[in-house]
This record gives sequence, structure tokens and C-alpha cells, in this order.
Amino acid sequence: MKYIDEFRDKEMVELLIKKISSITTKDIALMEVCGGHTWAIQKFGIPSLLPKNIRLLSGPGCPVCVTSKKFIDQAVAFSRLKDVIITTYGDLIRVPGSTSSLNIEKSKGGDIRIVYSILDALQIAKENLTKKIIFLGIGFETTAPSSAAGVFNALNENISNFFLFSSHKIMPPAMAALIDEGVTINGYIAPGHVSVITGSHIYDEIPTKYGVGCVISGFEPTDILQSIYMLVKQIHDNNFSVEIQYKRVVKPEGNIKAQEIMKEVFTLRDDWWRGLGILKNSGLAVNEKYSNLDAEKMIPVIVEETKEEKGCICGEILKGLKKPKECKLFGKVCTTSNPVGACMVSHEGACNAYFRFNN
Amino acid sequence: MCLSIPSKVISINGNKAMVSAGGTEYEASIQLLDDVEVDDYVLIHTGFAIQKISEEEAIKTFDLIKALDAIEDEIDKEDKR
Repeated sequence: MKYIDEFRDKEMVELLIKKISSITTKDIALMEVCGGHTWAIQKFGIPSLLPKNIRLLSGPGCPVCVTSKKFIDQAVAFSRLKDVIITTYGDLIRVPGSTSSLNIEKSKGGDIRIVYSILDALQIAKENLTKKIIFLGIGFETTAPSSAAGVFNALNENISNFFLFSSHKIMPPAMAALIDEGVTINGYIAPGHVSVITGSHIYDEIPTKYGVGCVISGFEPTDILQSIYMLVKQIHDNNFSVEIQYKRVVKPEGNIKAQEIMKEVFTLRDDWWRGLGILKNSGLAVNEKYSNLDAEKMIPVIVEETKEEKGCICGEILKGLKKPKECKLFGKVCTTSNPVGACMVSHEGACNAYFRFNN
Repeated sequence: MCLSIPSKVISINGNKAMVSAGGTEYEASIQLLDDVEVDDYVLIHTGFAIQKISEEEAIKTFDLIKALDAIEDEIDKEDKR
């Protein structure tokens, strides 16, 4: 496929590995923030290609993984209401809640439908006027504009039985929090598709305040290796900045139209991240103007008390402090067919990617 | 979750476009982009085109990688200092 195959070129991969190996023998820890990068890095076997002094850590950029169990519990509670249809991306359906999951509720007869896009959820709302259609909005800045567009369109098309339940989050507070917590990170492989929307300036504080470079990377092997090369070069030169490797789609200013629709529909709020706790102004709530489309405000429901699973170290894995294989449950109790924690559920979760490609 | 697929625009009708990826054609919203034209390549995420793909920048990226071969000596010299 165009824009994919040519970025998997063997000769370019070999050249990049040779170049990375020739810069420095210093120990370097680079974090890939985005779950899409985690998946690609494991799929293409990137760690096995790198010199031993360069370690890759998986970060908190898998939306399903950082979403709170309380959000799942509330979605489960919504799904038990007789007049509600839950619409969701497929990733979320198998995430365990405290005592149930959307998958279990679906098997018990709950009307839970997997959709590819919020636009499909709007169509379901138009076809089921006696039902309340709740769309589970998860994801970072890549996905938030489509949820915002869905809410915006619902208001403008007078679709009054559609509601967004938002767990959308933004990336920079988590990237800063990890360094504040003392996790050793010498460079960030910054998320490519988040940056398509936001542009590169959202990371400006990371090099200036923390002396840690950020390279916004694409998702193919030569993209990731070129980004690693650029970060190692920054470390070698002791000159830290935000650079864009993924220039074919990421512009410094981002996608202004997408940013505007996010501002139109959402407002920042403090939000809870698995592993990181509550981070100030890191979540996106539906704002007052669109409150009639906010499931949290419009559909009251009693939610069970949240219970965390025992033995799961998802939180430490999301901070890059531990590898999946250090978890006692990994590959034994917790597998892709029977996940205990969220990191094993999503394809972008570190545990899932390690289990698939590395186990 | 943040997966986006490079797709070619086949036709446009208002805010909607038919796009093609790997031989599969499907409908996507172009509500989040200005100036989309037939034959453009766009990134599709959750049913929305979120950016046009620049052929010029893709070629520049290849050129940059290929040019790395030529700067080998310079880096080696720095390390020896």
C-alpha cells in the first residue's frame, strides 16, 4: 500500500540501525508514548535490532489501558438500563470492570453495539428514536475531534436521543507527570497521530523545562528507527528540542479545524489515569453548551463500588517502570484470550503486544 | 486506537468522500479538513479524514535517510575527540 510499503524498506532499515549504533555507547532510555508505536515496535521486532545500550520503554498512550475501571463500571451500569443502546469502539468491550464487562452484559442481552465511527452511532440514534444512544468516547487528541464532530452534528441535526460519555484525555500532562515522578526517560518518541491534530508545540515544555527531547514519529519501521536516530543524536549533541520525523502528515500548527471543534465541544477537567492517578487538566468533558448531549449529566445511574484486581501491575507498566514479563500474572492467569488487566486487552497495550509478538 | 489508514480519495459529495485503502472502498467524513480533492491521499481515523498526506514531504524523508550514509565520517570524528 502506498505510504506504507516504502517505509518498510530493508536497506533503509539497515542503514538506520548502522547509524544509530555508531553515535554513542551511552545507556539511553527512550519512551514510546503512543500505544500504536508500542504495537508497531513489537510487531516489527525493533528492540532486537537496536544496540544493547538503547532501551525502549512503553508509555501511557493506550487509551483503553489508562481508562479508569470506574468508567467501565458506569458504562456497564448504563448498559443495564432498558431504554439504552451502548455504542462503542471494539477495544473497550472486553475490558474488565469491577464485577462485569460490556462483553458479559452483551451476552446477558444488553444492547451493546460495536461501531467503527461515532457517525455510525448517530445513524443508530436516527433509527431508534425511542432509545437513548450512548457513545463511549475514549482516546486522546487523535480521536477527540471525531467525538466532538459527532456531538456538534447531533446538536445541529436535532438528534435529541444521542449522548456522549466522555473519557477523552490529552497527552502532554501524562508526559510531564512521568518525568516529575522520576521515571528515567532520555527522550520521547512522541505520538504521531495525536500530533497530526495538535501540531508539535504541545510538547515545547518537555525539552525546555526537563531537558528531554521529543521526536514526533510515524508508525512504520523506518519512521520509528529514524526517530530513534534523531533522539540519540539530540542526546549525543546535548541539544534537546521538539522535532517532527513524520512530516508527511504532521504540521507544526496541526489540524486547526479539528482543534476548533474540540474547543467548541469540550472543556478541560482533572482526570484519573491508571498508574498516574489524577492529573490536572488532563481530561476532556462535554462543556455546558452541549450538556444536553452529555450522558454523565443527562442519564442518572447508580454505579457499583470500584474494585481493583489484585496482582496486576498495569499501572507500573504504563509508567515504563516494569516490563510485562515482570508481572506474575503475565502469560499464566492473564492472556489475550483471558485478560485480567486493561494492558492485555487492547492491541496497543504493552502486555498484549509483548504476548503476541514476544512470548 | 490512534491507528490511521492512508487512503486515496475516489469521489467527494459535500462533507463525505469515498476513499480507497488497499482495494477496499468506504465512506469517510471530510468535515475536519479543508480543500480535499479527488486523488488526494488522506489519513482516515474513526471514519474521519484527519490530514492530507504530503508526497513532497514523504520523498524528503527518504532523501534524509539516504543522506545519512554521507555524514558517517563526521560523527565518527566527533566520537574520537
